[in-house]
Amino acid sequence: MARKLPHVDVVLVGFGWTAAILAQELTDEGLTVLAIERGAWRDTPTDFPPTVAPDELRWYWRKEMFQNNARDTITFRNNRSQTALPMRRWGSFLPGEGVGGASVHWNGQTWRFLPSDFIAASHNRERYGELPEGMTVQDFGVTYAELEPHFDRFEKLCGIGGKAGNLNGQIQDGGNPFEGPRSSEYPNPPMHMTFAQHQFAKATAELGLKPFPGPSANMSRPYTNPLGCQLGPCSYCGFCEKYGCGNYSKASVQTTILPVLIQKPNFTLKTHNEVLHVNLDKSRTRATGVRHVDVQGNEYDQPADLVILCAYQTNNTRLMMLSGIGEIYNPATGQGLVGKNYCYQIMSSADVFFEDKYTNEFAGAGALGMVVDEYNGDNFDHSGLGFIGGGYIANWTTNARPIESQPVPEGTPSWGSAWKKAMAENFLKATSVGAHGASMAYANNYLDLDPTYKDAYGRPLMRMTYDFTPNDVAMSAFLTERMKEIAERMGGREIKLNLRDGPYDSMPYQTTHNTGGTIMGTNPSNSVVNRYLQSWDVPNLFVMGAGVFPQNAGYNPTGTVAALTYWAAAAIRSQYLRSPGPLVQA
Amino acid sequence: MAGWKLSRRGFLTSTLITTTALLVPGAFARTISGEVPWLPGRANLPPAYPDLRFFTTAERSCIDAIIARLIPTDETGAGAREAGVTDFIDSQLAGFYGKGERWYMQGPFADEKLDTQGYQSEQPPAQLYRDAIEALDAHCEQTLGSVFARLEENQQDEILKRLEEGDLELDGVSAKAFFDLVLENTIEGFFSDPIYGGNRDMVGWKLVGFPGARYDYRDYLDHNGEPVILEPVGLKGRPAWTPA
Amino acid sequence: MTAFAMLLLGSAPAPLAAQESSFSQVERGRYAVATGNCQGCHTIPGEVPFSGGRGLETPFGTIYAPNITFDEDTGLGLWSKDEFYRAMHEGIARDGSRLYPAFPYPHFTKMPRDEVDAVYDYLASLPRVRKEKPENDLPVPLNWRFALRFWNWMFFEPGEFQPDPTRSAEWNRGAYLVEGPAHCAGCHTEKNLAGADKEAQHLKGGNLENWAAPSIRGGTHGGLEKWSEDEIVEYLRGGRNAHTAAFSTMAEVIELSTQHFTEADLKAIAVYLKDLESDEREEPEEADASVLAAGEAIYLDNCNACHVSDGSGVPRFFAPLAGSGKVNDPDPTTVVRVILQGARSVPTKVHPSPLSMPAYDWKLTDEQIAAVATYVRASWGNRGSPVTADEVGELREALKE
Repeated sequence: MARKLPHVDVVLVGFGWTAAILAQELTDEGLTVLAIERGAWRDTPTDFPPTVAPDELRWYWRKEMFQNNARDTITFRNNRSQTALPMRRWGSFLPGEGVGGASVHWNGQTWRFLPSDFIAASHNRERYGELPEGMTVQDFGVTYAELEPHFDRFEKLCGIGGKAGNLNGQIQDGGNPFEGPRSSEYPNPPMHMTFAQHQFAKATAELGLKPFPGPSANMSRPYTNPLGCQLGPCSYCGFCEKYGCGNYSKASVQTTILPVLIQKPNFTLKTHNEVLHVNLDKSRTRATGVRHVDVQGNEYDQPADLVILCAYQTNNTRLMMLSGIGEIYNPATGQGLVGKNYCYQIMSSADVFFEDKYTNEFAGAGALGMVVDEYNGDNFDHSGLGFIGGGYIANWTTNARPIESQPVPEGTPSWGSAWKKAMAENFLKATSVGAHGASMAYANNYLDLDPTYKDAYGRPLMRMTYDFTPNDVAMSAFLTERMKEIAERMGGREIKLNLRDGPYDSMPYQTTHNTGGTIMGTNPSNSVVNRYLQSWDVPNLFVMGAGVFPQNAGYNPTGTVAALTYWAAAAIRSQYLRSPGPLVQA
Repeated sequence: MAGWKLSRRGFLTSTLITTTALLVPGAFARTISGEVPWLPGRANLPPAYPDLRFFTTAERSCIDAIIARLIPTDETGAGAREAGVTDFIDSQLAGFYGKGERWYMQGPFADEKLDTQGYQSEQPPAQLYRDAIEALDAHCEQTLGSVFARLEENQQDEILKRLEEGDLELDGVSAKAFFDLVLENTIEGFFSDPIYGGNRDMVGWKLVGFPGARYDYRDYLDHNGEPVILEPVGLKGRPAWTPA
Repeated sequence: MTAFAMLLLGSAPAPLAAQESSFSQVERGRYAVATGNCQGCHTIPGEVPFSGGRGLETPFGTIYAPNITFDEDTGLGLWSKDEFYRAMHEGIARDGSRLYPAFPYPHFTKMPRDEVDAVYDYLASLPRVRKEKPENDLPVPLNWRFALRFWNWMFFEPGEFQPDPTRSAEWNRGAYLVEGPAHCAGCHTEKNLAGADKEAQHLKGGNLENWAAPSIRGGTHGGLEKWSEDEIVEYLRGGRNAHTAAFSTMAEVIELSTQHFTEADLKAIAVYLKDLESDEREEPEEADASVLAAGEAIYLDNCNACHVSDGSGVPRFFAPLAGSGKVNDPDPTTVVRVILQGARSVPTKVHPSPLSMPAYDWKLTDEQIAAVATYVRASWGNRGSPVTADEVGELREALKE
């Protein structure tokens, strides 16, 4: 029997980036806000200070930072004819858990999607005609121009270092000329580039491309954000992604918001409590709160006027399904929307091996890199290419952590003396160029509930049915060719291409950029949430995160996730609270 | 399980990390408001228990022989055996990792799986090792007249190649899953921090030039392609930390 | 959506006395209470302000601060204004017994009557909390309160602050605050065997509860020699300045007390402290070269990510070690303790981020901590004497208790 707790105005499910932003915005409005996080409390000086942070085995290989698979996981298959089996440990992506969510262990590559990415369906139709059979790409329902002030806020919150390429429509030297117009320069200068980036910049410039510094949430200098929170300068230790930052130099919930938020008397955070489902009233059109359970197994009903799902993309989707909100997508009939348009990204890379130059990539940072954007989105003419979308090509020097990072030339065996010799010779002399490819939605890639496997509470696991699509494969082949041209000009002795061919494999790490499942859109027949991320079915329920992307672009998603969160928060503050109800009439 | 000598929390009594630091308390539900919690002397310490053991003597010698072929001692320097990788794997299997405590280990377990579906064995890692070593030694005795550890190096390499390529069947256990796991754990043991029992004297890091658990390279960013040679450092230090 | 208001419920409403006092009188009292940091001792962190119960560790034992809300049974509810003034001015309780000088009446005695009355009015306006304090934990004969008569006879001179007519009003205001309500000497002055201030050591630094409080005198050799008046103000307001960051006891003082001061009062304090001359320091002993070499290795592998390889730190973020008063303190207790246990910069209104240093006690041996402490005390122009492994070991043991 669940114990009923005192009412709060807002309950946030999960406590990562989106929840922290909303908590800050909605407590400013005077609301009482409770965030319920299923993972542990954790903070810089106790949980991941420099004394313990640079520990590859513990944090990545033993997965101490991530969702505990013993409690739940995702089942996976490539297509509907197969039987999905549980991912018994995380592999290709790493959902976060604990206070701060993935903001603790992200790299910090902080992008804005292109203006055309938000109108991918209408834009591509207009330029190239009808979309291919089975492709279910659609518009976001919100435009870049509408999101611009919210991107700007997030970049200032985080102290993003970079160089603007388009300031109010004026193209700027040294920045990304393809980006949407921005209202102001980045709050910090770019990162301090190293040898590999210089080689990449030279090679791409020779090819007539426009290299620019990757936008970084690793601080290029000490920074105090608009809330007064302080971030230290990055020390290029090479332990960003998959690790917490020990010296406050990576933007995270802990470094940018929490010190101010936690002091507010109208904010409370509960940890080690997992939300089981959203409670609905009899009409099933109004959320009354959430049911949650603590690690001791005690269940609670938390009443709230407003429920906002802020968990990881797959978990938000699953909570919608477990709460019986909306209809679960069925690819056989095309009916239902929850779980539809699951997308990922397609990554390929080229390792460059130098003969007598040292890249020393242990001196790196999560978002230390140079990028070209000529082949992203619709920045180039796709006529006759057989695909839409694209991706950026970058040289990031994120790390040289030796369990994970094993740059050995083509043909090297995976063990024995030859492998060992190749590691000894190349470890400090290699770098990598990567293509960060978009993922277009298809009718056969989706999420639903697994019929067999259950979590620790006996609830069905999420089932993922996914494979790379014809668009992905054609796009990746194109990007890989462009990438190869660049890699070959970087001055190395040889290169090795790491293609992404064959079916999607759930095990080798690729990226934690899972999207879709609770997609946003223009009307209830094509989306789970409206343009303000408000549920069409239950108007006092909002859903944050990359689950609302109708398809995935060729960028890291955090900047866009955060901008959408600020956008939704603004709508809640300025419209919803005045008149609670649907913000868009169906 | 006779092999598990200490509980998962055995690191509290381990000789390596003796500390007055308060350990961060385990999982319990908390309500946090007012200020960011902080207490002096509190640290979330690494779960290192390098002296814990799981293997029997026979199992140890089999793994010791395997890892010595995966990363051999040769003209480039010390290999996995000298690096203490066997001890590393032994202690890891005795701890939460070996028991699969953070893996999803609920059934049903499928007979058939796709290559894209990862580890699907019913055994958690420690038990997989145990079953696979027994089957491997039985196979070697049957076909080559001796357990794996006593085979010639070229015979061992041949067996390992067949395990890797999945063309050697072992009784009751996935040979490929075993090989993949041993290789993964061997590389972990060769390159992880020495507090976990492997990478002894930081030989793995020295081999490739990784400077270890350092946290600041700002002074070296303008290396411009020249080597940056730094003595590696473990979480518990390096020899230079002790006054001569 | 009114749940916010619920937060304010749960304790008794303010007593009648407060409603009779004028708003401005209560405001004046609130400010005076902040200047005296009453909350620091009279509140267990996280509990209702001024409800008492917090233990103050002295070399003689633990003294528990009483509940100073106006609960009639367990607080000040039955006290008159005269009785309250007598306690503040003479150290005598309502029942006529003598208070321990852990209650800084030797400083509060400098406060004028109307200021003390305002404190009374403010405390009376607070919600009343019923809470008994624990019995003091003191050995015989210190728990004989009449022994305190002797102490007072020896060390205590009651009397309100008398301005020095030869100095500016600002200097006098600073002197009043420092020597009166803010009772800086409580920590920053060395104590004699009876626990009273050594007059000759006034504000030259002290050691209590296993922390070394640095010299806060100006002059040519004082702890604040290199600090400008503006930097003193910045530190007391925001907990950080170009030289250092506050943590531990001073963090609490800033959090509860000085960050709430007016700009003029902080400036007055700065003017007064900068005017205090200091003695010349003894030259430190030379450190052993092998100890310095080990210390440097430890420093470069552990400390540089925040404090930077040249000790310059990141001012206002991560404390510079070069030129730091704490690092250069003749007493190395604070440096060693911070390495052992870590430290948290105080979150303030100006700097809400509680930037913190982690604990190293599990990672470094006594010998290694001594080496790195010796290294930072001898580098970049610092002039602190070497630290021994035994000193580290003793502090490590002391902190276990």
